[in-house]
Amino acid sequence: MLTVAAPSLIQSVDWAAIAPPLVPAALALVVLVADLFLPPARKALLGWLTVAGLVASLALLVPLRGGHHRTFCLPSQAAQAHVPVSCSYVADHFALAFQLLVLGGALLVALLSIVSVDEDRLPAGEFWFLLLASTCGAALLPACRDLASLVVALELASLPAFALVALRRDGRGGEAALKFFLSSVTATAVTLLGVSFVYAASGSLYLDRIAAALPNVPDQLQPLTAVGTVLTLVGFAFKTAAVPFHFWVPDTYAGAPVPVAGYLSVVGKAAGLSGLAAIAVLGFHSYGRDWGLALAVLAALTMTVGNVGALRQRADAPYSAVRLLAWSSVAQAGYLLVPIAAAGYGASAHAVGATVAFALVYGVVNLGAFAVVTSAGARLDEYRGLFSRRPAAALAMAFFLLNLAGLPPGVIGLFGKVVVFRAVVDAGMGWLAVIMAVNVVIALYYYLVWTARLFQSAPDAVATRRRVPGALVGALALAAALGVVLSVDPQIVMQLASGSLFG
Amino acid sequence: MTALLLALLALPLAGAAATLVPALGGRRALWFGVAVTGADLALAVALAAGFDLHRPAVMQGVTNVAWIPALNVRFHVGVDGISLPLLVLTALLTFLCALYSLKKLPSGGSERAWTGLLLLLTTGMLATFAVLDLLLFFLAFEIVLVPMYFMIARWGGENRGPAAFRFILYTLLGSAVMLLGLLVLGLKAGTFDMTALAANHGLGLSRGTQIIVVLAVGVGLAVKSPMWPFHSWLPDAHTAAPTAGSVLLAGVLLKMGTYGFVRVLIPSTPLGMHTLAPYLGAFAVVGILYGSLACLSLVRPGAKGDLKRLIAYSSVGHMGFVLLGIATLTATGVNGALFANIGHGLITGLLFFLVGAVKDRYGTADLDALAGAGADTGAALYGRLPRLGGLLAFAAVASLGLPGLAGFWGELLAMLGSFQPAAGLSRPTFVTLMVLAGLGTVLTAAYLLSVVRRVCMGDPAAEPPAVAKAPALADVQGYEAATWTPLVVLTVVAGLWPALLLGLTTPAVKALLGGS
Repeated sequence: MLTVAAPSLIQSVDWAAIAPPLVPAALALVVLVADLFLPPARKALLGWLTVAGLVASLALLVPLRGGHHRTFCLPSQAAQAHVPVSCSYVADHFALAFQLLVLGGALLVALLSIVSVDEDRLPAGEFWFLLLASTCGAALLPACRDLASLVVALELASLPAFALVALRRDGRGGEAALKFFLSSVTATAVTLLGVSFVYAASGSLYLDRIAAALPNVPDQLQPLTAVGTVLTLVGFAFKTAAVPFHFWVPDTYAGAPVPVAGYLSVVGKAAGLSGLAAIAVLGFHSYGRDWGLALAVLAALTMTVGNVGALRQRADAPYSAVRLLAWSSVAQAGYLLVPIAAAGYGASAHAVGATVAFALVYGVVNLGAFAVVTSAGARLDEYRGLFSRRPAAALAMAFFLLNLAGLPPGVIGLFGKVVVFRAVVDAGMGWLAVIMAVNVVIALYYYLVWTARLFQSAPDAVATRRRVPGALVGALALAAALGVVLSVDPQIVMQLASGSLFG
Repeated sequence: MTALLLALLALPLAGAAATLVPALGGRRALWFGVAVTGADLALAVALAAGFDLHRPAVMQGVTNVAWIPALNVRFHVGVDGISLPLLVLTALLTFLCALYSLKKLPSGGSERAWTGLLLLLTTGMLATFAVLDLLLFFLAFEIVLVPMYFMIARWGGENRGPAAFRFILYTLLGSAVMLLGLLVLGLKAGTFDMTALAANHGLGLSRGTQIIVVLAVGVGLAVKSPMWPFHSWLPDAHTAAPTAGSVLLAGVLLKMGTYGFVRVLIPSTPLGMHTLAPYLGAFAVVGILYGSLACLSLVRPGAKGDLKRLIAYSSVGHMGFVLLGIATLTATGVNGALFANIGHGLITGLLFFLVGAVKDRYGTADLDALAGAGADTGAALYGRLPRLGGLLAFAAVASLGLPGLAGFWGELLAMLGSFQPAAGLSRPTFVTLMVLAGLGTVLTAAYLLSVVRRVCMGDPAAEPPAVAKAPALADVQGYEAATWTPLVVLTVVAGLWPALLLGLTTPAVKALLGGS
């Protein structure tokens, strides 16, 4: 409405398209201000406000489901009629699927946090502000289609996350946040260097223009371009916690409040992954053979290192449950990278759909597992005999763990792995398929040990009936219900794995 | 038919879900399990009665609807002459196990959990034999793992934890590779539909692809079967498992592996099977000899051999015959394999029940403790518990392949097929394999007769260690008789009237092999 005159100078903004990430941003400011005026006893309202905002934000995804919205487009000029219109923000099915994951994941995390904020006496206003700000960045990222906004969105997702990790006041948080911060900043610097190389070689920041320009780069700039593509991807690989950028994960997860660890493992990962997939597939596709192989090696290393790390967790160590989930999330990041590598290698961008589908499945079951960890304890030993104390929570946990392992009755977890396998078999990368198969079995071991522990007879069965807060029950029930529904009808999420998601 | 088959699959699944209701606790859960598996058996019998015996090569009771269109997975189930006997066997054995558990549930967990796991296991086993979609087959194949794992790990005997883990990890490693093979097969052939793949007979799949598929899928099936050298999980799992678990493990789970060979690999990748058949046959024969020799060493006085472990090893040998029959790629051999599948399911199921009963009475299945370590001492079951002793002797001679009982025809046909293997397979190789397998039957007879001598015979006055501790023991009880009678009857029926089964399988096998 404001943008009527001079279309060549002023971009028109499709507010509906950007509403889903915009709502958390606006809400973040509201929460920050409201925090000043709310008496301490009423601070819990902020959490419910956040939950409501995220639900609204999710609802705003519905009108976009056609996948045709795009905005912040370069005004087309007569002289450049042959150049397609480049847009910075595209709400295609790829973006929508990741926004669904990010916002839905944030919603579950928010439900979990309502309890944690209270119990750990975290500063409520700051916590909810940071969570919403980071969510806004993570939701923005998958829709961004130029390198500048991608980097900005990535930073918007990361910076509040450092602070979130540091919020815990028992001293562990500070160290974890510092580790996270220093390694992340280094990765960002490397990414920016890569972006500048790519810009120098291609003359544009828009992914579609880069894709058009890269095959025609002059010979002397070829090495620069190759280095630039790899460096650009490094920063995003860091966010997905791929090896060798994984070392911050276990300490950070153990140091952060448990819901924040869940947030990092799903939403943070989704953000990095969506950026990586968009840049690699849309921008650098002509170099697919190079980064495809690099990503494949990275994926193989990541899943192996993650699984070995998870295997080494001792049940009686403090925070062993969170650490195990942290290492296993490193391994799962490896599986998530596999289809992207296959997309580069096998020339079909459709493979990325497998990553999206698997990421959604992983998001649901992993947050479900974190929900149980939030309520049942952060040490693996505390799960011994959980079934006799809290049967519902134990059954839910068993379901989530079997899904993570990919074993029936966790049908959706199994099919999540099947689509990934299918992508890699399709691309003809037999060796990666075999490495992944071995890794899946290694992972089964520790998930099964944990599952078996739930049903062991408790050493000293003290039936302590603690009332579990409603928000926690809600989050658990939501995740479990989603898992069951998806297991009965996997088509709901698996349809993402067929056909192209990019509009 | 269609509704019957769907109900057969849905009933145990619904039953398993129902056990989540806490009100269904205690003995009520066990009765519930009996009711559900009993109803399922009735459905299976009705299915068999409604089966059109004139067209056993045609899939009957077919349901084929899209389930996950994105992955091209269809909910496609049906039953033909190959799967029908296995479905009935599965329903029968689960019902008998539920009945047996009513009286003899080992301690370890709640009755509700046991029933739930048993029903979930039933769902997976029945589904494996009924589904006609590769990915669905894989799913069904995996469903059985978690319940069986918990059955061993919770209700098992000594050393159950490691044994359960060994079982599940071995099988999973195999099935992860199998999944890759199934995906290669489905993606290269453009369909995951097993009937379509079977109708194609490998058309459009290069020899190299077929070999890769057979290797990958074969490893998964071979672990399950189990084929030597992938068998090492089996003896531990059997020794540790509770009686019902052992019965289902030997009676049904092992068959899922050999069924996969017949249903998936033989029709879909004939070239690959043809190339690798001699190796399969060789491994099978090594398994036969290895299994029998292992049993012979266990049965020696002073070897401290466990009876359950012995029967587990004998399963390795018997499944070797099944695999040998499959490796011949002839109608005779494959028919023999399918017959031996059923025969082994009945006989070994019975044997595990009997050994479980012995173990329950004496508290041990250790041969030396039961029979004394001397060369001519024995547990003297004939004298002390004549009915149990008689049944054990019956099962043992059935297992060694006495003509007129179920164990005979399968092994005979497998060897016959090996005498005249499919065109293009090296006849001298297979004749050699046949001779070695024949040697295996002799060894099998040797150890099983030794078992009979050491357990059933002996001087009732002389008291070996375990016997001395348990003076007055009851012979076969009512519930035991009820559980075992069907197996005994079917063993005799299948032995005297093999045409009953062979008439079902022959046309279907011919269709799968691509002949006539």
